[in-house]
Amino acid sequence: MQILKATLSVIPRPRLLINQLYSVGVLSFLIISISGLFVGMVLGLQGFYILSDFGAEETLGMMVAASLVRELGPVVAALLFAGRAGSALTAEIGLMKATEQLSGMEMMAIDPIKRIIAPRLLAGFISMPLLAALFSAIGVLGGHMVGVGLLGVDDGSYWSQMQAGIDFQDDIINGIIKSIIFGFAVSWIALFEGYDAIPTSEGVSRATTRTVVNSAFTILGLDFILTALMFGDI
Amino acid sequence: MDISVNSATDIVSIQNLSFSRGDRKIFNNISLSIPRGKITAIMGPSGTGKTTLLKLIGGQIHPDQGSVIVDNHNVHKLKRTDLYTLRKRMGMLFQSGALLTDINVFDNVALPLREHTRLSDSMIRSLVLIKLQAVGLRGARDLMPNELSGGMARRVALARAIALDPMMIMYDEPFTGQDPISLGTIVELINDLNSALGLSSIIVSHDIEETVSIADYIYILSEGKIAGQGTPEQIKNLDSAWVQQFMNGDADGPVPFHYPADDYLKDLFES
Repeated sequence: MQILKATLSVIPRPRLLINQLYSVGVLSFLIISISGLFVGMVLGLQGFYILSDFGAEETLGMMVAASLVRELGPVVAALLFAGRAGSALTAEIGLMKATEQLSGMEMMAIDPIKRIIAPRLLAGFISMPLLAALFSAIGVLGGHMVGVGLLGVDDGSYWSQMQAGIDFQDDIINGIIKSIIFGFAVSWIALFEGYDAIPTSEGVSRATTRTVVNSAFTILGLDFILTALMFGDI
Repeated sequence: MDISVNSATDIVSIQNLSFSRGDRKIFNNISLSIPRGKITAIMGPSGTGKTTLLKLIGGQIHPDQGSVIVDNHNVHKLKRTDLYTLRKRMGMLFQSGALLTDINVFDNVALPLREHTRLSDSMIRSLVLIKLQAVGLRGARDLMPNELSGGMARRVALARAIALDPMMIMYDEPFTGQDPISLGTIVELINDLNSALGLSSIIVSHDIEETVSIADYIYILSEGKIAGQGTPEQIKNLDSAWVQQFMNGDADGPVPFHYPADDYLKDLFES
């Protein structure tokens, strides 16, 4: 709660947030884009073989987009985000603790929660849905490259089936909600582990591992719960 | 031993303080007072909790019992905001410098000014340059902390610690790991700052020669107790074998050279 309140203190210091958006968000662009492309291409390939058994390869576009927007986009992007940005956050905060930077700030009467933790949490929170959207968008293009470019699915039906089959509210909004929640969870875990790390090289290394492992479990667990709530009849 | 609080002359007074970490008692009912405007040294072997004492004074950790009074405020009874207000008037120089590694020297020194004052940028610039000039590093303002030598980093940290013109500065092992030249520089800086700015200084150190050369009063800690105290002259003449071993750096004495072990010969011939 205290941390949530502290995020408000970022508002008068936009510079801090922008720096973090850059290191957490912008620097994750490449890994997210490349992974998105490959996941989309694999989906195009696998989807085509399965769908063509039923003579339904024209619905490839919808299948690729639905899997990406609903599940793979938020989940895989969040897993990559935990590996790329979450581990970096934990190591950074852990080393700040080990080198007495956090303690030094406290002694200068500067609250590290406000100056260090809050901007990073907010940056994760903002970047994650954007990265997930980027992942899905590039994945759809990857599916198009393979499905339409290589395997000869009709270009028009790829897009029109997608438009017809994907619902803005059900699929896209739900996907975005998922990625916002994942972004919050991953950043929270990463920052907590860093702040809580034992300030030695071994402690920081363990904390970094814990961030990635715990984030992965949390993402997958939350994904099941959220999917059940959003798409199931529970 | 009970020291009565004399707020006119003492900036810090510690009474009946006990603190333990796990089963180990770091401090066992110690009382001491730090006078205003003087340089007070707290000495002792490694691991006697000298740094812990500074953290207790700064309110970063809580004692098991006893009180720490800084400038008439009981540090551990203050509300968080009041504690932060008090900390603005306490500078602390960490052993590592504790500079923020993602911003340059200028921004590090400017940080407390930007966070705690509403001064204009040009005013902050002037203040930062004055502080950096005082430690002789005005020309290094654009360097990043990882480009600084250990001695320079400590001087930048010192400039940062005096940025808000505090009433006292706590130095954590300021002399450790310095080459002779930067050692001399830091000794002189601490001395000059204390007299020029009318600060009160607390130095935690186990470097005897340097500390004795500038301290007005010395406390020697050992095993959670005060083993000796007095002016440097008094300490030198103190009738305590332990203090004399510490001050002279003898390898053997009341503190044995050997960690407790079985008989050496018996140990060697044991198969």
